[in-house]
Amino acid sequence: MLSFIVTFIPRAIVQSVPLLLGCIGETLNEKSGSLNLGIPGIMYVGAISGVIGSFLYENSGGTFNPALGVLIPILTCMFGSLIMGLIFCLLTVTLRANQNVTGLAMTTFGVGFGNFFGGSIIKLTGSEVPSITLSITSKAFKTPLPFAGKAGVIGELLLSYSFMTYVAIIIAIVTSYVLNKTRTGLELRAVGENPATADAAGININRYKYFAICIGCMIAGLGGLFYVLDYANGVWSNDAFGDRGWLAIALVIFSIWRPNWAIWESILFGGLYILYLYIPTGTNFAMKEIYKMLPYIVTIIVLIAISLRNKHENQPPEALGLPYFREDR
Amino acid sequence: MDNKVKEPLIHITKRKMIPKKQEWAIRLGGILAALIVCAIITTITTHLNPIAVYGAMWEGSFGSERKIWAMLKELAALLLISVALTPAFKMKFWNLGGGGQVMAGVLATAACMITLADKMPSGAIMLISFVSALFAGALGAFIPAFCKAKWNTNETLFTLMMNYVATQIVAYFIIIWEKPKGSGKIGIINQQTQAGWLPEIGGKQYMLIVIVSLIMTVFMYIYLRYSKHGYELTVVGESQNTARYVGINVGKVIVRTLILCGLICGLTGWLLVAGTDHTMTTTIEGGKGFLGVMVAWLAHFNPLGMILSGLLMVFMAKGGSEISTALGLNSSYGDILTGIILFFVIGSEFFINYQIHFRKSHGKEATDA
Repeated sequence: MLSFIVTFIPRAIVQSVPLLLGCIGETLNEKSGSLNLGIPGIMYVGAISGVIGSFLYENSGGTFNPALGVLIPILTCMFGSLIMGLIFCLLTVTLRANQNVTGLAMTTFGVGFGNFFGGSIIKLTGSEVPSITLSITSKAFKTPLPFAGKAGVIGELLLSYSFMTYVAIIIAIVTSYVLNKTRTGLELRAVGENPATADAAGININRYKYFAICIGCMIAGLGGLFYVLDYANGVWSNDAFGDRGWLAIALVIFSIWRPNWAIWESILFGGLYILYLYIPTGTNFAMKEIYKMLPYIVTIIVLIAISLRNKHENQPPEALGLPYFREDR
Repeated sequence: MDNKVKEPLIHITKRKMIPKKQEWAIRLGGILAALIVCAIITTITTHLNPIAVYGAMWEGSFGSERKIWAMLKELAALLLISVALTPAFKMKFWNLGGGGQVMAGVLATAACMITLADKMPSGAIMLISFVSALFAGALGAFIPAFCKAKWNTNETLFTLMMNYVATQIVAYFIIIWEKPKGSGKIGIINQQTQAGWLPEIGGKQYMLIVIVSLIMTVFMYIYLRYSKHGYELTVVGESQNTARYVGINVGKVIVRTLILCGLICGLTGWLLVAGTDHTMTTTIEGGKGFLGVMVAWLAHFNPLGMILSGLLMVFMAKGGSEISTALGLNSSYGDILTGIILFFVIGSEFFINYQIHFRKSHGKEATDA
């Protein structure tokens, strides 16, 4: 049993990080009243931007500096996702377009962007397998804490991860603190709940929306980056990221818009995602598809449950999905 | 009062009406700008002549009779889903689960065709699969609609999740019914007997789905414009409170409209399995549930307009996959171009719905909006 926990939990945690980062990003978006369905695409763009950055650096010919090797992909990733966030802001906030349509268009664009540039780099390297391998960068990303190996089971469970895992958890806690305990967070929530009232109170709606969406998109993009350079050991292959972006959106609901809860629940989701690998179903491959369905089923149950209980603090932001126009009646 | 002191540089007001000509000029301008941006990006990223890329896309979509039919089939399926989603959108019920509801229909049809293959004549299988596909589609739409009507559950997120539930159930049954064992595929169902296959009209395999999609488009146009149901759901979409004041049962309208939505999605699934593809895969719906959302919205929920917006989307998708073979470009390039065009078209809607006044012209404009 212990060996099961020691192998399963760390893998669930590693699996959970992209979901957690995507979820924090989407939560920030939704708290400002924007249902950003472009998150799956943005995570793709973030991932490929990071891959491009590290690919150029690895192949630049100089000696590999681990600090730069980590910093460059993170910066290019955040830049790529920022551009996507700005597109979403421009269309939905400034031009007041429908958020669902814009988001879906961004997902189409983002997934295509990722696969196109992924495919192009694969072609550039001329490799025989359809993937890019950035093992040096990945190694730098996966450097564990120095004392992890000496702390036994506890060390294995809590300390054996790469730095981005801890960064993700810190981002979740900070986001949660900012949202619930600071004036900025209060005003941001006001924008998402009732923009007209917030506007009357003198809050600059557009500025809050722009910042929340752009920061959210950059955090979500890091989730994509983590997937490629850490979880997948620096191997990019097209469409490998799969439906994790949608799972991140599901996680927002499952965590009832609370990033600090999402830390635990993302581990649960990550566990459900790989559970089928550990359940002895023998040759019954069919059941594994049913297990993959579980995260979505529990999300639906949570969604119904919060609407049933109808507690105010558990509801989605009231103005979620609605554009704000001051002169609307 | 001196209102010149704090007047902002740009003042935006909602337009009441815009002449049709001007509306289309703005929209075409948006598409044209998008094509130019796409051309520039194509030149930078691929060093190919953008005209050649567009030419290859055109060739790929309209190049031969076979290609035109393949495109018509895609268009028909997309049109059916867009038409199905329209009444829900008009009601401001964001049904993003069109894909899942189609998958429900697909699964029901395949189930009937596989399990009843040797037990019944082909006609009976057709009928039973038709009824069960419609039922499955309607059920998939009914669940979120019921929760929305009863407890005001967020329908956008609910239907989004339902897509994956449906896809995974289909994936489960694909493995159960896989043929040959271990291939992870179903293959062509009833290839020898053709039991449950829909007849080909005029020797064309795709004729039936094209005809049905056109009928449903016209039906939906009439339903929304001239029927009492269509009127009621429009009122619910404009304002639920108004609907309640005039005595419309909002919950009933929501559930009824979504069942209609699910029925058409189920029908689409039936046509795809029994009529054109004769197999079941997890990608048979091909993202059309989401594409349909955009098609319907671009056409301002006018079913007849969806033929045009649907054609644009299918052209981009089909042409995009063609350029990979013709020019050796990655097939995802089409998605990038589609995305850019969508951004521009979505952006151009702003200039149709709103009017921008600059400070200079304040004398002529009404001061109050």
